[in-house]
Amino acid sequence: MASIEFVYPDGRHRVAEIPEGISLMQGIVQQDIGGVVAECGGSAMCATCHVYVDDTNCRRLPAVEPIEDEMLDSTASERRSNSRLSCQLTVTPDLDGLLVHLPEKQI
Amino acid sequence: MFNTQALPELDHDPFAEDVLRWPDGYHAALRETDVVWLPQYGVLATGRYDVVRHILTDWKTFCSSAGIGLTNFHKEKPWRPPSLVLEHDPPEHTRARAIIMRALSPVVLRRLRTLFEAEAERAVSRIIAMAAFDAVTELAEGYPLKVFGDAVGIIAQDRQTMLRYGNIAFNALGPRNRLFLRSQEEAEPVTRWVMQQCRREALDPRGLGAIMYAAADAGEVSEEEAAMLVRSFLSAGVDTTVRALGAALSCFAEEPEQWRILKSEPQRARAATEEAIRFASPFQTVFRTTATDTMLNGIEVAKGQKILLSLAAANRDPRRWENPDRFDITRNAAGHLGFGTGIHGCVGQMLARLEIEVLLGEMARRIETIERIGDIDFDLNNTTRGLSRLPLRVST
Repeated sequence: MASIEFVYPDGRHRVAEIPEGISLMQGIVQQDIGGVVAECGGSAMCATCHVYVDDTNCRRLPAVEPIEDEMLDSTASERRSNSRLSCQLTVTPDLDGLLVHLPEKQI
Repeated sequence: MFNTQALPELDHDPFAEDVLRWPDGYHAALRETDVVWLPQYGVLATGRYDVVRHILTDWKTFCSSAGIGLTNFHKEKPWRPPSLVLEHDPPEHTRARAIIMRALSPVVLRRLRTLFEAEAERAVSRIIAMAAFDAVTELAEGYPLKVFGDAVGIIAQDRQTMLRYGNIAFNALGPRNRLFLRSQEEAEPVTRWVMQQCRREALDPRGLGAIMYAAADAGEVSEEEAAMLVRSFLSAGVDTTVRALGAALSCFAEEPEQWRILKSEPQRARAATEEAIRFASPFQTVFRTTATDTMLNGIEVAKGQKILLSLAAANRDPRRWENPDRFDITRNAAGHLGFGTGIHGCVGQMLARLEIEVLLGEMARRIETIERIGDIDFDLNNTTRGLSRLPLRVST
């Protein structure tokens, strides 16, 4: 389990325990966190599971792969330096304590 | 090597014509255990959501380069040069897919929406004027052939051949049965026509196909590879959408209450599209091949083993879906496996969603009732499932 904190666009916070081995997107969907659409189900095809990860924790994350990079150019909310597709992040103990900001819109 | 004695065997032939028509019983039997053995074909098979999803996601262990059908390309020669995307593993796959994604990015799709809306308006006006019509020819085939063909930049107007090509390609993923042999009879002329349309000179320079040739100009792929990438659009993007649309229309004709819900909230067209694809799974079956000796749900599986994945059975798995056999556009169908998932997840899925959503939305705004007025018939195929006939009457 990794304890991950989500921040909604209106400022609300929620902490969730996400099981290891699944993607962050799957964790968000399974636990009804909301804030992502994840239309393509995790194929890095739709850019609707876009999240902003807290900069201080970004070191723990794997680098952005070329396909994710390309898709991040198409997000509905603006791309920032800490933008990620949550479907491309596998939950590991390293993600424990991660702060995830959910964007205004996904479509 | 696993001990096949210990594995439950399934007697159903997934490719028998009556099973292809009405697969529910086969799917239920398939889901009784995690994995079954199909003695007739010497393959493992699964229809459980979790197992199918796991295999699709673990592309290193369960590869695609041996083909995504029953034929093992590592042992037998495929009927056509393998797809650069669908039938390759990384790193070759990654390179090809990135180029196709460029043509199908959300930014490009936002531009296409207007074109699709205009054509959907025309198509719906036409069926309203006819009142009674065959929804397969008029809508399920006519509309995607027009909008998808235009989007790719196909100039030829005799686009029915695109359907025949898809039929051949998808039959070839199954066994060498009657369906396969019959469609192979026209493989030569149909393939020649398709490859003609995939040439640089044959394509509208404003279309998505031209983006493949821009990649060739940039030195990312060869001229021949660019043509192969355009071919991917034509083999994967037509029949599938045609069958999804036919299924969606058939669902609404059978479930007037669901049509009323969509009419009262046409913005649900996107969710309805998703649910129709989950419910009907136009692309029913896909294969993977083990790239190494591995364990699958407690079973030892040797390298080179074909595994049949029933996306359709997974999309109706009661372990994953509440009332799975009910078509319900108010459910959250996201996460269905109708487009596959993982690195080989359908690269055109966002385009397909857009095509279907736009048409359903337009119909919901203008059509009051949809009623089936005759018998349906199936266009049988080893991989895809869909209608060849759907007589409907609509009222405004």
